[in-house]
Amino acid sequence: MALAQLKIDTTAARLADVDVPQGAASWGNAARADALARVRQMGLPTKRDEYWKYTDPASLTAADAPEAAVFKSDETPLFDAVDRVKIVFVDGVFDADASDDLQAEGLEIERLSDAMATDIHWAKDIYGVLEARGQKPVERPLATLNTALATDGVVIRVTGKAVKPVNFIYLHNDPSSDAILHNVVKVEAGAEMTLLETGPAAARFSKLLEVDVADGGKFNHVRAQGRDHERRAVTHCFARIGAESTFKSFTLTFNGVLTRNECVLEIVGDDAVAHVAGVCVGDGKDFHHDDTVFITHDALNGESRQVFKKVLRNGATGVFQGKILVKEGAQKTDGYQISQSLLLDDDSQFLAKPELEIYADDVACSHGSTSGAIDETALFYLRSRGVPHDEARNLLTLSFLAEALAEIEDEALADDLRDRLEGWLARHR
Amino acid sequence: MLEIKGLEVKLEEEDKQILKGVDLTIEPGTVHAIMGPNGSGKSTLSYVLSGKDGYEVTGGSATLDGEDLLDMDPEERAALGLFLAFQYPVEIPGVGNMTFLRTAVNAQRKARGEEELSAADFLKEVREKAKSLKIDAEMLKRPVNVGFSGGEKKRNEILQMAMLEPKMCILDETDSGLDVDAMKLVADGVNALRSEGRSFLVITHYQRLLDHIKPDIVHIMANGRIIKSGGPELALEVENNGYADILSEVA
Ligand SMILES: Nc1ncnc2c1ncn2[C@@H]1O[C@H](COP(=O)(O)OP(=O)(O)OP(=O)(O)O)[C@@H](O)[C@H]1O
Ligand SMILES: [Mg+2]
Repeated sequence: MALAQLKIDTTAARLADVDVPQGAASWGNAARADALARVRQMGLPTKRDEYWKYTDPASLTAADAPEAAVFKSDETPLFDAVDRVKIVFVDGVFDADASDDLQAEGLEIERLSDAMATDIHWAKDIYGVLEARGQKPVERPLATLNTALATDGVVIRVTGKAVKPVNFIYLHNDPSSDAILHNVVKVEAGAEMTLLETGPAAARFSKLLEVDVADGGKFNHVRAQGRDHERRAVTHCFARIGAESTFKSFTLTFNGVLTRNECVLEIVGDDAVAHVAGVCVGDGKDFHHDDTVFITHDALNGESRQVFKKVLRNGATGVFQGKILVKEGAQKTDGYQISQSLLLDDDSQFLAKPELEIYADDVACSHGSTSGAIDETALFYLRSRGVPHDEARNLLTLSFLAEALAEIEDEALADDLRDRLEGWLARHR
Repeated sequence: MLEIKGLEVKLEEEDKQILKGVDLTIEPGTVHAIMGPNGSGKSTLSYVLSGKDGYEVTGGSATLDGEDLLDMDPEERAALGLFLAFQYPVEIPGVGNMTFLRTAVNAQRKARGEEELSAADFLKEVREKAKSLKIDAEMLKRPVNVGFSGGEKKRNEILQMAMLEPKMCILDETDSGLDVDAMKLVADGVNALRSEGRSFLVITHYQRLLDHIKPDIVHIMANGRIIKSGGPELALEVENNGYADILSEVA
């Protein structure tokens, strides 16, 4: 079958029994209708799409979400010790009782449905707008589908230096849940916030985050996607980054049968900084993790970093597709990209497609991608000093991950995530 | 202490015999030196004793205080008190020297059923020992051996030895790459550790180190065997005449 027809059929099947959410003001309805039209026109992706060459989207585009057992752990939930504003979703539905009051100094927080029911709302200029901007030059129809169908989410306007971080907590209770959440953050000029995200959310999770960082703003993001083994997720982050502003995002992923995390950043103002980093650890043939990143430099003197590290064992698969696009005139761009996998056996695989596309002549961009095994010489050296094999291997594994973990600004958070990684490594020996 | 009998070793990957029957007995509290031409098997002996992969023991035995070394994992040998100062110390990017030392010290204590060293005691001890080896605090913070000069790496090996307090210390060409002053520092470090219950096997090409660390017995290794043993004067003979005489003497 021709690819175009296949995509039309896939899209028709996905949308056959879907109800587009109601109750929005006209701008909200328009945004959804527009997205629906766009997704119909693009068609949902299939494995034959170039951009999905390494990851089969079939279970993400299927009408019904495959079930996923709920993972129970007695581990202290992540970020429990952090003084934060908790916003809880259970299987993709906002839980007011479990959440804190939606207010904090420097922040205006509303539920997406409330914002969408308001005739005049700042979110109108961002919801689906940054997502639509991020469709060029590569189409991301699953993001557009999210814009059309998202049933819940939160919008946050950052008006000053937020004292507390906001923590979206995504609980997964129902083995057949299929959640679609769409969050919007607007960081006003000179304002700052930290967003924490935790949890698997659902059996199948589609999540989209749009972030607009105005001049001199700062957005700091740390996320962990839970420990469920069977869950699937496709997440998108679209950010527009203004002059002298900073955007930093770090993602930790344990397990998961399928994860596709797309991050699309556009530096539109001079002297801006954008960092995106991630660590994933996977054990077994049923682990597939895909980081897809696209950073566009469209301003002077921008700095971007992509640092992705993966630990793969027992037939796990890791994917990295990362691009730095430096537009004409984006002089003095400093772009760095590294993607590395540590393969703990011969069965695991790392598929990487690092890309640079540069139309300015005065830039410094570098990229590197490697996959390799544990350094046997270093392992022996440690063991000869009395460090037991597994402990030595874990120490070397954590050292492999260090560059990515160093991207987390808050050291206490970084230490916590490192401890949990150590725990995972100890459990998967 | 260390007892090696008829040790025969070949490479695992190819049919190449490297050690062809090594006999060596080291009594507690003594210092032995091994000299010998390049490629004679000195480093191989030290690696096989510490448990490196890639070698196959085809005959003989090696015991430390009566326990069969060759059957143990490298970490077990270390916990038993065996230490090898590497001819080529390994760089480990991403692992801080301090973390490395503390992990090693505590792993060995744990393996021996002893209590872990407290962070404060550990720090105090490292600082003292590092100071006497002229290893500055900044070097301790860096990743293990990364960006260290050749001499700094060798001093770092001696620091590890001082912290781990092994009973059987093998030093593989710890003098190579050291300037005159550093050699004195290293020798002082070794001499400070000399005690009744601790033995040393010093592999070297030069008499100079042996001026500082006085050996009780000197062995000459050639072609995978110890072909001659004697007193410190044997090292002087090698220094003056090379190996030709000794080799033809036993041939
Ligand atoms: N892993 C290996 N693969 C191939 N050859 C090896 C290996 N290990 C040792 N050999 C060979 O075994 C022989 C002994 O090597 P070894 O390193 O033990 O010598 P050495 O006496 O320490 O020499 P030097 O004085 O140069 O340090 C050499 O011929 C060396 O090439
Ligand atoms: Mg050697």
